[in-house]
Amino acid sequence: MAPHDLRRPFKRAAISDQQRRRELTLQRQSQHRRDAQHQARCLANSILSLQNDAVADIEPEFEIEPQPEEEHARDFDVRQAARLRGPEARLWFAKQLMLPEWMIDVPDRLSVDWYVCARPAGKRCFVVSSNGTTVSRLRNGSQLHRFPSALPNGAKTNNSSRSGQSYCILDCIFHEPDQTYYVIDMVCWAGMSLYECTAEFRFFWLNSKLAETGACNDPSPYHRYSFKTVVVYNCDQEGLRAAYTGPVPYLKDGLLFSNKHAHYQSGNTPLVLVWKDENCSQYVLDTDSKGQVPDQQQVVLELLDDGRLATSDDPTVIFGCLDRDFIQKTGLVGSNLLRFAINEGGLCFADGKLERADLHYLGKTNRARTFADSYSKIMFQYTARYSPLRIEHLFASINSTNVQENSTDADMAG
Amino acid sequence: MEVTQVLLSAQSVDSTVRKHAEETLKQFQEQNLPVFLLSLSAELASEEKPVDSRRLAGLILKNALDAKEQHRKYELVQRWLSLDVAVKSQIRAYLLQTLSSTVSDARSTASQVIAKVAGIELPQKQWPELIGSLLSNVHQVPPHVKQATLETLGYICEEVSPDVIEQDQVNKILTLVVQGMNANEANIDVRLAATRALYNALGFAQANFSNDMERDYIMRVVCEATLSPEVKIRQASYECLVSIGSTYYEKLAPYIQDIFNITSKAVREDEEQVALQAIEFWSSICDEEIDILEEYGGDFTADSDVPCYYFIKQALPALVPLLLETLLKQEEDQDQDEGAWNLAMAGGTCLGLVVRTVGDDIVPLVMPFIEENLSKEDWRRREAATYAFGSILEGPSPDKLTPIVNVALNFMLTALTKDPSSHVKDTTAWTLGRIFEFLHGSAVENPIITPSNCQQIVTVLLESMKDAPNVAEKACGALYFLTQGYEDLGSTSPLTPYFQDIVQCLLNVTHREDAAESRLRSSAYETLNEVVRCSTEETARLVLELVQVIMQELHKTLEAQKLSSDEREKQNELQGLLCGCLQVIIQKLGVSEATKFAFMQYADQIMSLLLGVFACRSATVHEEAMLSIGALAYATGPNFAKYMPDFYKYLEMGLQNFEEYQVCSVTVGIVGDICRALEDKILPYCDGIMTQLLKDLSSNQLHRSVKPPIFSCFGDIALAIGENFEKYLMYAMPMLQSAAELSAHTSGADDEMIEYTNLLRNGILEAYSGIFQGFKNSPKTQLLIPYAPHALQFLDSIYMEKDMDDIVMKTAIEVLGDLADTLGSNAGSLIQQSMSCKDFLNECLSSEDHLIKESAEWARLAISRAISV
Repeated sequence: MAPHDLRRPFKRAAISDQQRRRELTLQRQSQHRRDAQHQARCLANSILSLQNDAVADIEPEFEIEPQPEEEHARDFDVRQAARLRGPEARLWFAKQLMLPEWMIDVPDRLSVDWYVCARPAGKRCFVVSSNGTTVSRLRNGSQLHRFPSALPNGAKTNNSSRSGQSYCILDCIFHEPDQTYYVIDMVCWAGMSLYECTAEFRFFWLNSKLAETGACNDPSPYHRYSFKTVVVYNCDQEGLRAAYTGPVPYLKDGLLFSNKHAHYQSGNTPLVLVWKDENCSQYVLDTDSKGQVPDQQQVVLELLDDGRLATSDDPTVIFGCLDRDFIQKTGLVGSNLLRFAINEGGLCFADGKLERADLHYLGKTNRARTFADSYSKIMFQYTARYSPLRIEHLFASINSTNVQENSTDADMAG
Repeated sequence: MEVTQVLLSAQSVDSTVRKHAEETLKQFQEQNLPVFLLSLSAELASEEKPVDSRRLAGLILKNALDAKEQHRKYELVQRWLSLDVAVKSQIRAYLLQTLSSTVSDARSTASQVIAKVAGIELPQKQWPELIGSLLSNVHQVPPHVKQATLETLGYICEEVSPDVIEQDQVNKILTLVVQGMNANEANIDVRLAATRALYNALGFAQANFSNDMERDYIMRVVCEATLSPEVKIRQASYECLVSIGSTYYEKLAPYIQDIFNITSKAVREDEEQVALQAIEFWSSICDEEIDILEEYGGDFTADSDVPCYYFIKQALPALVPLLLETLLKQEEDQDQDEGAWNLAMAGGTCLGLVVRTVGDDIVPLVMPFIEENLSKEDWRRREAATYAFGSILEGPSPDKLTPIVNVALNFMLTALTKDPSSHVKDTTAWTLGRIFEFLHGSAVENPIITPSNCQQIVTVLLESMKDAPNVAEKACGALYFLTQGYEDLGSTSPLTPYFQDIVQCLLNVTHREDAAESRLRSSAYETLNEVVRCSTEETARLVLELVQVIMQELHKTLEAQKLSSDEREKQNELQGLLCGCLQVIIQKLGVSEATKFAFMQYADQIMSLLLGVFACRSATVHEEAMLSIGALAYATGPNFAKYMPDFYKYLEMGLQNFEEYQVCSVTVGIVGDICRALEDKILPYCDGIMTQLLKDLSSNQLHRSVKPPIFSCFGDIALAIGENFEKYLMYAMPMLQSAAELSAHTSGADDEMIEYTNLLRNGILEAYSGIFQGFKNSPKTQLLIPYAPHALQFLDSIYMEKDMDDIVMKTAIEVLGDLADTLGSNAGSLIQQSMSCKDFLNECLSSEDHLIKESAEWARLAISRAISV
């Protein structure tokens, strides 16, 4: 029995970098596993929460005339309210839509990589069909309609051969004048997720599947609203001209550009862009609650805990900071959404980055607002007032791409 | 056969003779094992035979009873147990007979073999007379037999667990051992054997240490033995004291003053091997008190099994000067010698532990020593003072330390560049590293690094990287912690201006000719990794440039041809470092879309380099390269499919690596990464992967820690390929079910076993979740119905057991939801019949852990829907 070794580590770090790498890898892997499983669950969860809404039967909410939250609360008992998880459920839904950024400069390869369509004016919403009913929810998560439809599993009909798990999620704009849902994107179809598919594929699938079901037919007792597709063009000269000037059966509200290779991604994305001018939209400049264009541009920003004012982007863009006294005096707290006017000082930039904004505090926004403005929206509105991006710029950009491509051809030929 | 001659030939210097003899022995063993073992034991017992053949005979016997590798060990145990009873009793008799031999080698070998046999037989209640026969007549035998008997008892105690030996036998063993240690024992060998036997028997003495009289007696004898004129006995008795200190901490109070007196005398006056054990006693008391105080966690109302007696705090005024004295006893070259361990190192380590045990109280006791010696002429004094300063940095509060560090920082930076002694510089760099490790970072209130001194610090550290390898290595370590302190800063870091210089300097270090010494090259790469991990978007472009550098380096390692085994070892190590660095870079750049896009241009090249690294070895895969593959798969996403045809064989090789279970485990994790990247494009490879995973699970050679991740991996595969998992159900589900049964109960298990069981449960549950989710919305959902009752039963049983940790609880409630969601009405009735689903759900719904609560909310929705349909 030899003496026992009693050496201890001396002047050494306790953990090896390799061990650290292994641990970080394991953490990353289990996080990704959780994310993958969580995503699979959430997709179904949103559908499930519809059932609870059926019990609670929420009145539709509109951004312009918000109903105070308390009025709803009176309508259900505590048990139902708890099950509903109202604001949480709404926030969740609100986060599922892919939100276009505003076009503040023209993307490269517009004519090659992008689609364009004339965007219908109306209420942007998710339409979900499942369990024999169809529900539409607005951008802020609140319910717009609950109705039977010819979408898969969208109505309780006798020939419901589809499995209970089958459901559809469509990204739509509800156009009031003809009471029609214009489908601008397809997220799930008959239980199949299209989240991970390119826009090219989703649009193809949308055009081939939607008509099959009869969802484009005129309204009937089992099909309260008609669904229509929107014509999508390649964004070349002809396509852009057709979208910009061509006749459509609906009121236009600008042009919507989609990157062909982009997957359906929740939240703000630079791979879908909206652009408008007076020719293709009645609403170029934001209006206030009375429908008037205010003298000064108004913006909605989120108050962070440290007093800074942020956009809804991820990462956020900071527009300024409120001082502590002011916050205390007005009783504001972190995550409040606040409305500001942009004063004469305007927005100042240095090296392409926002340096200073001359803001004037107007007040808190109404409760139905769930998001601050995005940076691109503010910028689009700002430039629209002073030096807008015009349709000529878009055409010019397409031309220049063509010229470049042609010249390459010429070189090769020569 | 003439065994003696063969055994002697097997030790011949002539390799032909030796190999032939080894072959003969092997054949003999294979042809007739019982006779082979009998011949060996007879050889060992025979006084006429030469000592060399007796010793080897014993050694072969010992190896026929035990092996390091668990699987092999199990086989050997079964083989011995199945031998004929007459053969075994004859062998035992020979072994016991050998204990009386006059040849000490023969006795000692026999002792070890007896202990191995006891290790197999005593737990099976075989050879019950062994202890009795050893103890009988022990007082009448000559000293050398008594010595052999004590040694045998010591080995037996080392081999078997305490519950195997009856208390009355334990009492007899301890009586004999402690008597043998007593000063009255005239024979030195007997006393030494007794002291060493006590070391192993201490674990059996629980009852005796609870009896005041017996404990007093044992402690008196042990303390007296520390004063023996024989150095070996003093050393062995201090080893006993160290072990008593940690095993019976709570019984030490009456003796601690005496122990302090004898240990401090030993530290100051005794020979080094004894002094080292005396210091170790106090280090192990620190270990105990640190553990106890950590369990208190500042909350003194919490129940702790063992109360803290604050021995260290009480001993502080005398202990600190004692340890500071040892710091001055450095050896000239201890920093270059990996194996060095001396009084200064042991004392310094102990001082660090004392600081962690008592915190603030020690600072005023150490500061005068530091102040007095830091600028002395003698390098030993400067080094000791610096070491003492480095020691007090972990433990005391930042409030106490920050003012001192602010004063000392400049001095340290100067010493690192200017001190003439390399020894002092080494310790100074180490001390700077500790300053950055413990007093720098976003959590620290008063930063010691400011815009005004940051540049100087970086400059000094980079300059030091040109110093001797051991100094440069410590400087790398200091830079590592400096960098780490700037983690999570967001978009801008104070180190950004120096990023390029730092990276260049570290790369230069890796190219130093002496970079193999003192772990210098590894340290430089580890620091580089940390620099990349903590870098911000400002330096993303530079990280991208680094990709090309590392790729070139890796390419160079692949060019070398016809390597010697030594060179191959070096190539392998360097490839490991480079792959590790690539892995960190890929992860860093993969996080944001912009950098990922720029990085992707190198993906093909990186992949071909990694395949090159795999190709360097024939039978095993490189773990680091495998980890890089995982990072690359995650960054590449579905496009990783194009690499699969070339990569697949290495994936399979990794999954087959039973021996290096870490490699197997890492590869299993990579399969998960690839599943998430490829989704159903992984389908063509699934037959092979599933076959391998199922083989792994059925193997009893594979380390158990790999099994939970394999189950999780089933879930990953099922989620990726959906209903295509159908064909694996009939193999995977029974495996899940039997593992579930094994892991349902933990009663009587120790903490380690409970932790493992929870890991296993988590793996099983993740598998169920992945499979249920994978089949959702599929027409083949029906296939899962037969397995649902078992899954629910599993949930019932782990709920009843009431020992789930939070992670398992969350995974378990999610399985319930997934089952309801996928099977719908088919699950409804099963869930309603289940014994505890409702209680389990309610418990989760009211959990304070919001993650569990959230999962429970979702499960409730899924269940209410399944029931209502």
